[in-house]
Amino acid sequence: MTTGLAWPRVERLGAAELRGPLLVMSGVSGVGWDEFARIRTPEGPDRHGLVLAVDRDLAVVEVLEGTEGLRPEDTRVSFDGAPLRIPVGESWLGRTCNGRGEPVDGGPPVMGDRLVPVAGLPINPVRRQPPAEPVLTGISAIDALTTLVRGQKLPVFSVAGLPHLELATQVAAQASVGGEPFSVVFAGMGLTHPDADAVRDALEERSAGDELVLLVNTADDPVIERILTPRIALTVAEHLAFELGRHVLVVMADMTSYCEAVREVSAARGEIPGRRAYPGYLYSDLASLYERCGRIRGMPGSVTLVPVLTMPGGDITHPVPDLTGYITEGQIVLSNEVDARGVYPPIDPLGSLSRLMRRGAGAGRTRDDHLDVAAQLLAALAHAQQVRSLADLVGERALGATDRLYLRFEEAFYRDLVDQRKDEARDLGDTLDRGWTALSVLPRRELSMLDTAQIAAHYSPAEGSS
Amino acid sequence: MTVTARPADTRRSVGSVTRVDGPLVEIRGLDGVSMSELLHLGPHDLLAEVVSLTGSSVSAQAYEYTGGLRPGDPVVRLDHPLSARLGPGLLGGVFDGLLRPLDDAGTWLEPGQQEAGGDPSRMWEWTPDVVRGSRVTDGDVLGHVIEGSLEHRVMVPVGVSGSVTDVRAAGSVNGADKVARVDGVPVGLGHWWPVRRPRPAAERREAAVPLQTGQRVVDVLFPLARGSSAAVPGGFGTGKTMLLQQIAKWCDADVIVYVGCGERGNEMADVLDDLRSIVDPRTGGRLMDRTVIVANTSNMPMMAREASIYAAVTVAEYYRDMGYDAVVIADSTSRWAEALREFASRTGALPAEEGYPASLASALAAFYERAGRVRTLGGADGSVTIIGAVSPQGGDLTEPVTAHTERFVRTLWTLDRDLAYARHYPAVSWVGSFSRDADVLAAWHAGRGDSGWARQRARVVSLLGSADRLAELAELMGVGALPGHERMVLLGGRLVREGLLQQSALSAVDAWCGPERSAALLTATLDVLDACQAAVARGIPAASVEEVDFTPVLRAREEAAGEGDESRHAIARARDLVLAEVEALG
Repeated sequence: MTTGLAWPRVERLGAAELRGPLLVMSGVSGVGWDEFARIRTPEGPDRHGLVLAVDRDLAVVEVLEGTEGLRPEDTRVSFDGAPLRIPVGESWLGRTCNGRGEPVDGGPPVMGDRLVPVAGLPINPVRRQPPAEPVLTGISAIDALTTLVRGQKLPVFSVAGLPHLELATQVAAQASVGGEPFSVVFAGMGLTHPDADAVRDALEERSAGDELVLLVNTADDPVIERILTPRIALTVAEHLAFELGRHVLVVMADMTSYCEAVREVSAARGEIPGRRAYPGYLYSDLASLYERCGRIRGMPGSVTLVPVLTMPGGDITHPVPDLTGYITEGQIVLSNEVDARGVYPPIDPLGSLSRLMRRGAGAGRTRDDHLDVAAQLLAALAHAQQVRSLADLVGERALGATDRLYLRFEEAFYRDLVDQRKDEARDLGDTLDRGWTALSVLPRRELSMLDTAQIAAHYSPAEGSS
Repeated sequence: MTVTARPADTRRSVGSVTRVDGPLVEIRGLDGVSMSELLHLGPHDLLAEVVSLTGSSVSAQAYEYTGGLRPGDPVVRLDHPLSARLGPGLLGGVFDGLLRPLDDAGTWLEPGQQEAGGDPSRMWEWTPDVVRGSRVTDGDVLGHVIEGSLEHRVMVPVGVSGSVTDVRAAGSVNGADKVARVDGVPVGLGHWWPVRRPRPAAERREAAVPLQTGQRVVDVLFPLARGSSAAVPGGFGTGKTMLLQQIAKWCDADVIVYVGCGERGNEMADVLDDLRSIVDPRTGGRLMDRTVIVANTSNMPMMAREASIYAAVTVAEYYRDMGYDAVVIADSTSRWAEALREFASRTGALPAEEGYPASLASALAAFYERAGRVRTLGGADGSVTIIGAVSPQGGDLTEPVTAHTERFVRTLWTLDRDLAYARHYPAVSWVGSFSRDADVLAAWHAGRGDSGWARQRARVVSLLGSADRLAELAELMGVGALPGHERMVLLGGRLVREGLLQQSALSAVDAWCGPERSAALLTATLDVLDACQAAVARGIPAASVEEVDFTPVLRAREEAAGEGDESRHAIARARDLVLAEVEALG
């Protein structure tokens, strides 16, 4: 970060120790915990760091760009006298930056109205406004079954090889909040260059409309700088939302890469490892990011968060998805099985959940029948899957007539409702009607979650199935 | 230390910070400091607690973000342990983990900005219940003020007894006024209590009266007694918070202390909104009027999570001592355990299981032991019930927090991921849950003339077990291979699950279910099952019985509201509709 910061106070020559991403300075006084530091070497550009611990005249600094090539004797470190702050303001909109917030679009440094600490402050829970209005993504499986709500944090859990980045980008490109001011902050961490280019291309229109802030740390960028990327993204987003009144969608991909950077620092510090060698404070660390979304009473804007993460080995009990799931308000799970059906997006509807949907969807928010239709679709799908596993054992012909209809329902569900093109934005009414089309495969007596009036209005069974 | 008044902030000893590592701060130069004493760190007076003393070096855990704190910063002793201010004004309020009011704090919580204690200028209507010269001992009621819909009793402080030397006449008083003098000791409306010390009671009594939670699966299958303890383990997405919030709203206790410990901010906002808008059916006031909320969300300082649990149970004990039934709902105790673990790891303590400190089990046991039904020092009957959520890592129910908690609680409601995936809520597993209070509560029901309670409960438990076993069999062989009566058991399992155990927290009708309506639904379900069994026994093919439209009994829970004859009759009508169809089969 080179923009608008106070001039460094004291500079000291000579590191006492270099180990992994850590640099230990001795003989420094007056350095505070979590302070921002910059590191200067005779050759190469300046590097940056954060103070992880202070002990009398020792300061342990994690170097964001890594310590490669540093020599203890000619390394100079200066401390800013305060935790890292960045300028905030509308000038971020339309910009493309690296993972430390430095522009890579050829434009001038991002300037702002004032400097704000990237660590952020907790929102007083009493001042929070419960999220209650939808962000429509134009993606049927999300809008119908796991509606995203303004102020919510709803992660995408995926497996290597599945199109989670495409899905996240499609959400970022298509999301809308009914005509109110809207911005997207996209924080890429550990993305490959082709992925980063694909994201940039897909979001071109948003960027041109000054609705996008793009921060990208690519896979060959310094690993430790990923620790900063989401914090900058959220600090920019909080200002756009709570001071400028915009609805801001923050997409953070891939959080697994972020957590690996946290683990690397923890290991270098010799901390007692927790599960899978992630530090015991990973929950608190993730919460300090995820909890920065929300709405505030009496203020117009909102911060909505869609973190994307790949589950190593497809394991949902891995610490990264597990701890994320405990903090976020639901999850959208992608699955290999659905992908194998040739369905995009390959969302597993039963493993997915939006906890805030009941407030953000339904009468007055989306459509009167929305919540009941969603509940009925999921209940029917759950039964259809039981029937499917039974059919695998005993053969479809041994099933009862009703159960065979459930298999037909399952096909219709994926074909008519879930499957859509990567550039297709579906209107919510269309999405819900498609849900009814799938439900109409089932006999009326199976639809115990829908009331008589809804059935009369929307249920249209094909010949011979009621 | 005396607990009637907070010792003055004498600031007699000033030390200096030598090391800062997140919440762990080391200090030199604090002579005579004692374990668990509170300190103020640095220029922003960050609150911290002494956790270890080695020679002249003091380690403290900071309760706030220590960003910017540096070696050489001054440290001031506060001369007292972590304490909560108890008194009128707690009900209806929202506090952080150190019981500092959040209602008056700003939108963004800055470190070192908040003050503990309630608003002393708030006025209360005081009514004395003793006269000058009365002989009193600690715990006796001196008088009361009205707090929400509750009579807030002002008691003789612990350790004080003698004659009432002075008592204030009825009238308006504020939070700082003295209302009486006992044996020369002035007594005000409020006092400070160290939160880590349990408040004393005269004796513990057997927990033998049910706490009606309004959730059928709990009240029918795994009931909880007042003064007992329960844990709710469940992976994410299984509905822990929903279940706890439902209990907070609808259980029939006098006072609810709800602790959001390291959980989501939006959920706290949500529960606050609900509690402030929903009317308490018993008092006509708002549910919030009987609730104290301790909110320490996951992004608020971690070490305050550790304190929040103790602050909450102290508040509950305080209302217990007035003779009320209080319930502490802690969501989630795992976050509290993680705070213990994180801090232990920073101090370099030897890790036991999965990095948790070796003291985890005893800390959990001591916490749940603060539950209980007691005869108070003043001779009243009061209770503290503790319900704690457990968030097992990776949904693994053998992890240390879950495994230890199971040993110390009376009742366990295990939430099952498969049930939650199938949208069966509340996803309380009938296989993995238990209630050690069931027998004593069966005796309570029998004592009130309902000897059928235990029998019906046993029947449902056994039906669910058989249905599970048969379902596994049917998955292998196909349902057609089962004899008719076993297919009816499968059907019965479905009726019980869908018509009785499922209960939507979002339903205007069914979010709360009183004991009468529970009993009516249970009876209706079992009657229908009996009729189906009888039909199969008469020779009617099981497949025909399964084709009957059971929707009326399955939807009865959604369509008959409230306690009383009207809902009972509606349920009976739904049952008769289905019974008639079954009869019509032949």
